[in-house]
Amino acid sequence: MNPIEAKKKKKLWTVLLLLAAMILVMFFISLSMGVINIAPVDVVKTLLNQGTARQELVLFDFRLPGILLALLIGAGLAVSGVILQGITQNELADPGILGINTGAGLSVVLFLYFLKNQLDPTSSLSIFIMPVAALLGAIVAAIIIYALAWKKGVNPIRLVLVGIGVNAGFSAFLTIFQLKMDPQDFRQATVWLTGDIWNANWNFVFALLPWMLILIPIALHKAHSLNVMNLGDEVASGLGTAVESERRFLLFVAVALAGASVAAGGGIAFLGLVIPHIARKIMGPLHQYIIPVSALLGALLLMVSDTIGKNLLAPTEIPVGIIVSLLSAPYFVYLLIRTK
Amino acid sequence: MRSFIHHSNTSKIIIHILTILALIVSIGLSVSYGSTKIDFATVWQAVFQFNPDLTSHQVIQELRLPRAVSAAFVGAFLAVSGAIMQGMTRNPLASPSIMGVTDGAAFALVLMLAFAPGISSMGLIASSFVGAGIAVALVFMIGSFSASGLTPVKLALAGVAIGTMLRSVSSIISLHFNLEKEMGFWLAGGLDGTSWSSVQILMISGAIGILLALSISKSITVLSLGEDMATGLGQNNLLIKILGIISILILTGAAVSIAGAVGFVGLIVPHITRFIIGTDYRWIIPTSILFGALLLVLSDLVSRLVNAPFETPVGAITSLIGVPFFLYLARGSGGGK
Repeated sequence: MNPIEAKKKKKLWTVLLLLAAMILVMFFISLSMGVINIAPVDVVKTLLNQGTARQELVLFDFRLPGILLALLIGAGLAVSGVILQGITQNELADPGILGINTGAGLSVVLFLYFLKNQLDPTSSLSIFIMPVAALLGAIVAAIIIYALAWKKGVNPIRLVLVGIGVNAGFSAFLTIFQLKMDPQDFRQATVWLTGDIWNANWNFVFALLPWMLILIPIALHKAHSLNVMNLGDEVASGLGTAVESERRFLLFVAVALAGASVAAGGGIAFLGLVIPHIARKIMGPLHQYIIPVSALLGALLLMVSDTIGKNLLAPTEIPVGIIVSLLSAPYFVYLLIRTK
Repeated sequence: MRSFIHHSNTSKIIIHILTILALIVSIGLSVSYGSTKIDFATVWQAVFQFNPDLTSHQVIQELRLPRAVSAAFVGAFLAVSGAIMQGMTRNPLASPSIMGVTDGAAFALVLMLAFAPGISSMGLIASSFVGAGIAVALVFMIGSFSASGLTPVKLALAGVAIGTMLRSVSSIISLHFNLEKEMGFWLAGGLDGTSWSSVQILMISGAIGILLALSISKSITVLSLGEDMATGLGQNNLLIKILGIISILILTGAAVSIAGAVGFVGLIVPHITRFIIGTDYRWIIPTSILFGALLLVLSDLVSRLVNAPFETPVGAITSLIGVPFFLYLARGSGGGK
């Protein structure tokens, strides 16, 4: 191991520890804040099984699953964004902008639409099937976007433009089907379009956990391929990487991460776009460093946004996707101004 | 391109007459179809021999006719705005919904309803002009600060960013002030709730906005050839651009305050118009008026039939028509650079 790499490794661990500490602090702040305030001391007491029944109810049944979901979704979307930006060599790629999120959302809505008589949407079986439905929708969306952007190869800019168009089309279908299910209710449709942790319960946490635990390490394992792809397709194949098959596999991982996240959190935009940029700023261009930092940063940002959304105008709850957009759209504009 | 140049004025006039006939027929269809179907004879009588004792006549006069007429106006306004934008910026993707203008107008409307609930309908329209103006200013600012100018892709992305930001703030306000229903309506677009007073508002704004657009149409043609060319021909580009933007704001502001964010009309109609009628904006603008009106009257009709007896937001219908078109443009000229 050469000294530069050792130094990088040290920096990585410092950054990761720092982020983990921030997540821990925010975790307790998020748990204690809300319509019913619980002092941090009582939070710790309750977690150690010494709280009142009421505190236990608030923490274990309502807040804790929501916060854990926010952490999982944030990490998933951020890593998905890292992979997408890596394989398309496009700084503006993101599952939200490319329409993958909306595709997953549409698929979940269709799933609920056709199976709502057979299955109760809050039953545990349908909660475990929902990420699979979202995954299928996300894959279909990715294939459609890739095929439509294909014109003797995939130009990154065309990919983004096609993504914007496909996104608008999926949103339209989503609105139509949502209103067919319940014409009076605009709310559910907006959940899928703006992003909201809409069904925070333990079943969802357990449904989502295996996806993240399997897919994020796989992404980390493939970091080397992503690094090589960054050098351009010719160099990559010259160095012995089977570029197309690696790219397809990584695309599948990114789409699966986005799909699972959308099933629980709706179409949260911009998070997958902005986080990888910040991680690159801190850690440089190597993906074995970017991926873990992005995962923690994404988790932190989504948890903070969720807490802001719940408390800013309490008792009104603002969907977390709106807060994320507000926080990260200015950074996106900044990136837009800078890139050529 | 040669075939367009050789279009004679007669053939253009014939196209216009045919479109007007199609528009009248589709307004007739729009009035006749609905939750209860009313036959054409009754529609005819309700318009020309109105009998206030008959319910069907009442429905036509008070609900369906103003709705169809409003749809025609809104479609025309959005199409003309899109035509002016595309002519001025020479950008094939320029249009009110892509550039976040509709989101800006909706933002101002929600703001007004939240903080000044007693506002008059004229005040609402004025505020939606201002909101539309803010969005346009922001998008152009991003363009002028940008490293390589406002390319079609950057325009689309800047529009997405500004639109998302404004929509986020509107959502927060509407959630806090219990305006979700109004907000949902503006986001999705719809023509229910239009009455003769909406038609009146649209007529006044249209008289100003469309006359302004027509009066600068010749200069927009010159501008669409390139700014240097226009300056060389002795044209005051700044004045033309300001007048053009004012007319866009009036037309889009009025359209959004009546019908919400109806996307893609302003994008596709000017392209179809240019394809059929050529590159002269003295023709493009009047033809866009007719095509835009026709498109929205028909979309509104479809939006009522697709999930009857419930209404589907007309914005969802126009998106479904517009998306393939946008993709075609994105694959072609827009994605080339």
